[in-house]
Amino acid sequence: MGLAALLGTVAALLALGILVLPLAHRRPASPLVYGTTLMLCGIALVIATRHLLTRGASAEDLVLPLGIPWLGAHFRLDALAAFFLLVVNLGGVSASLFSLGYGRHESAPGRVLPFYAAFLAGMNLVVLAADAFTFLLAWEFMSLSSWALVMAHHKEPGTAHAGFVYLAMASFGTLCLLLAFGLLAGPQGAYAFDQMRAHPPGPVIAGLALLLAVLGAGSKAGLVPLHPWLPLAHPAAPSQVSALMSGVMTKVALYGFVRIVFDLLGPPEWWWSVPVLVLGGLSAVLGVLNALMQNDLKRLLAYSTVENVGIIAIGLGLSLAFRATGIGWAASLALTAALFHVLNHSLFKSLLFFGSGAVMMATDERDMDRLGGLIHPMPLTAFAFLVGAAAISALPPLNGFASEWLTFQSILVSPQLPQWGLRFLVPAVGAILALSAALAAACFVKAFGITFLGRPRSARAQGASEVDAFALAAMFGLAALCLAAGLMPGVVVDALAPVTQALTGAHVPVQRGLAWLSLVPIAESRSAYNGLVLFTFIALSTLATVVAIHRLASHAVRRGPAWDCGFPDASPATQYSAGSFGQPIRRTFGTIIFAAREHITMPLPGDPAPARLELQLRDFIWNWLYQPLGGLVGRVADLLNHLQFLTIRKYLSLVFGVLIVLLLLLAVWR
Amino acid sequence: MALTRDLIIQGAQVLLVLALAPLLTGWVRKVKARLLRRRGPPLLQPYRELLRLIRKEAVLAENASWLFRVAPYMIFSAIWVAAALVPTFSIQLIFGRAADLIVIVALLGSARFFLALAGLDVGTSFGGIGSSREMMLAALAEPAMLMIVFTLSLMAGSTQLSSIAEYMIGPTVGIRISLALSAVALIMVALAENARIPVDNPATHLELTMVHEAMVLEYSGRHLAMIEAASSLKLLLYVSLLAAIFTPWGMASTGQSLAAYLLGAAVYAAKLAAGGFALAVFETSIAKMRVFRVSQFLGAALMLGLLATLLLFVSRNL
Repeated sequence: MGLAALLGTVAALLALGILVLPLAHRRPASPLVYGTTLMLCGIALVIATRHLLTRGASAEDLVLPLGIPWLGAHFRLDALAAFFLLVVNLGGVSASLFSLGYGRHESAPGRVLPFYAAFLAGMNLVVLAADAFTFLLAWEFMSLSSWALVMAHHKEPGTAHAGFVYLAMASFGTLCLLLAFGLLAGPQGAYAFDQMRAHPPGPVIAGLALLLAVLGAGSKAGLVPLHPWLPLAHPAAPSQVSALMSGVMTKVALYGFVRIVFDLLGPPEWWWSVPVLVLGGLSAVLGVLNALMQNDLKRLLAYSTVENVGIIAIGLGLSLAFRATGIGWAASLALTAALFHVLNHSLFKSLLFFGSGAVMMATDERDMDRLGGLIHPMPLTAFAFLVGAAAISALPPLNGFASEWLTFQSILVSPQLPQWGLRFLVPAVGAILALSAALAAACFVKAFGITFLGRPRSARAQGASEVDAFALAAMFGLAALCLAAGLMPGVVVDALAPVTQALTGAHVPVQRGLAWLSLVPIAESRSAYNGLVLFTFIALSTLATVVAIHRLASHAVRRGPAWDCGFPDASPATQYSAGSFGQPIRRTFGTIIFAAREHITMPLPGDPAPARLELQLRDFIWNWLYQPLGGLVGRVADLLNHLQFLTIRKYLSLVFGVLIVLLLLLAVWR
Repeated sequence: MALTRDLIIQGAQVLLVLALAPLLTGWVRKVKARLLRRRGPPLLQPYRELLRLIRKEAVLAENASWLFRVAPYMIFSAIWVAAALVPTFSIQLIFGRAADLIVIVALLGSARFFLALAGLDVGTSFGGIGSSREMMLAALAEPAMLMIVFTLSLMAGSTQLSSIAEYMIGPTVGIRISLALSAVALIMVALAENARIPVDNPATHLELTMVHEAMVLEYSGRHLAMIEAASSLKLLLYVSLLAAIFTPWGMASTGQSLAAYLLGAAVYAAKLAAGGFALAVFETSIAKMRVFRVSQFLGAALMLGLLATLLLFVSRNL
């Protein structure tokens, strides 16, 4: 019933995308499309949430006579799918609401509207698919529709490059997943997930499939070193699409990983966790350090997505390690932490991208060095962005802290792991997690402080005004959800129990009956967190402070020029900029990781020429991995180019030779 | 009945830390002055300063936003709550069950987040220099602190501060390498977090190396009073934390008589005095570092913390 309704909404989204094609350039098309997607995603959200909360343990199956004739299209709605559908459609609802206002400013609605609906349909389909063919089809559909959205403003500088890199990485990811499913399906071609689940592969095949899944899903999710397309593609798309790509599509990729590795691969080996933990740790720290070096607000947010995907991957890796060792309760704790962070990141990253969209709506700028002081003309946007920034910086009592706290708790039980390799790896990963959490706070002090505080750095920032009610409603709705999930983490953890029960065979103790909505993941003597009590405590002490200050203190307030140690400078250019805010951290961490070099050219005394500061940062992953790879592909293509100009005789002999070789191979194989 | 008693103890703790914090600051200043053969201000001077600031009018920069006026309240209450969660005279605190050591670290992080934003709000170069440097220091100090938390939690099998303190009182603890490493690291972090001398100078203005003072340069009147009080509370918090973890003796536990609590308070006062004295001696005997040497100092703290954690992963007995 629920599954059929979900497929119905997906079909409606697809139909909407097609029907709007001829109308897309008309003015009323935009509110129509966004209004309809809002409604459809809302329906899907309600169905998914209901399934997760009330019938989490059961699953619904459906086979439609579509796709490959002897296979059909399999769909399945189980707890894991329901949770990710919740994330996808929550993102869809908020992005559509935001776009009701934001979409009016779109210069090329014909390039956005049809693909927007198709993109939402594709993400829903990936999560619902229950055979390899449907899954890969939906995956490609999602990739291509989002690619089209990235290319919406194809004439802007850099967009074509972004689209090319994205397309290349997306194809690579799909190729890896194709091979992974091929390995899982085995020689008899059992492409339905049910069949794969029933016949798990041997250890070698499973290990290979795991590596392919890490590469395939990791390239979509943005795991280092497969991340370079994120900071290019996410900023190039319109902001509601950036929010969906960063907040939701990376989660769909992680869904693919969880589905393959936790559900289809059978019992894990302990070493499976190693690549996941290592890449997760690298992503966390490199993502946030790169984010700190950015001047472009949306690029900063995209790099921060790399960091958060890394944090989620760390949780998943820990869960794999525990599951391989047979410590089910710890595996479920780590998986709960990872999935909780999936939800949280989709909430605050969407919120922050909406905030950057609102800034672009008001100023048409996303270079932070040309913004500043926006808290005065846009106080509401500033407040919502501040909540998102605090949540992503893991400040209590917001939601980012709750999931990070759970991840820390699962690291703290990992001395129980018997493998020596993991005993050295896990504390290092814990240190990296702590480091990236602290760096994330620095990063979002920068993002908020340079964009919204200080004095305006350009005329456009000076003349900004508050955005419309739809955009504000979307941002405030997400901010409220961030607070709610932080105050009542137990509700989310309980909702995740059927998911972890299905995937790890255990779940975190039920939180519902605990006093004061406390969160107790293992036992109360070990650790407990209560966002609600903490929030009340903070609120009470703030109230006491306010009352005391109100009673005792002088009420006089005088406005005067800034003090600045007696040397205020009228020019807003003397403020700290995005680059200068990052300078201490660049100097501390960047000299190694980015080989950061500063060259200062000082004119001689008396010379009126300006002094110059040149900064050089290197991206080692791009320089050492992608450039040689790109060069290699180019050279091979040059060599193969000769094959285009052969005579017919040579072509025939080539075909004959290949046939002989293949037959020989077959003969040897048998 | 038990709930009322727990609430009274928690309330007493909330008020005690607030009342003692300026005294600790005054004590450190007094000892420092005596060590420099000055007479120094009276012990109660910080209270007088706070009262004076509260009574003065607040001068705000023309373009200061609402965040600038709200931030002192956020900073003060976050640090106050954090300080109220560290056991001082009584091991058991009722709100301690809602917030473990990781939460206390995160609360201090929240206060820093808002302080750094307030430094950027007016848009002056001094505010920016303070904020950016503070976040750089925090990027090393916070993970170092968390590694210390990991070490202690792995040893005690709990992240609750009260359980850690109980474990440290207990007979099983003994002398351990990881404990020594984390003690050194925690002292280093405490010095950096409180802007004390090898890292920052609390008594400086108009210096290009200042960090904390640069951020609060634009504050005056009641706002400055709250920030000053918050700084005192933070110093008290770190001294209490060191005392609760490494010298946990004398604290009263649940069900003991009133006399035990009074004794606990007296012992706590003695610990504070000793901690403040040690800080003053340390500060007068060492010079301030260049700002970019601080990252090496804190990097060492982070490595010590990581090493301590690693040792515990290798063997429970190290």
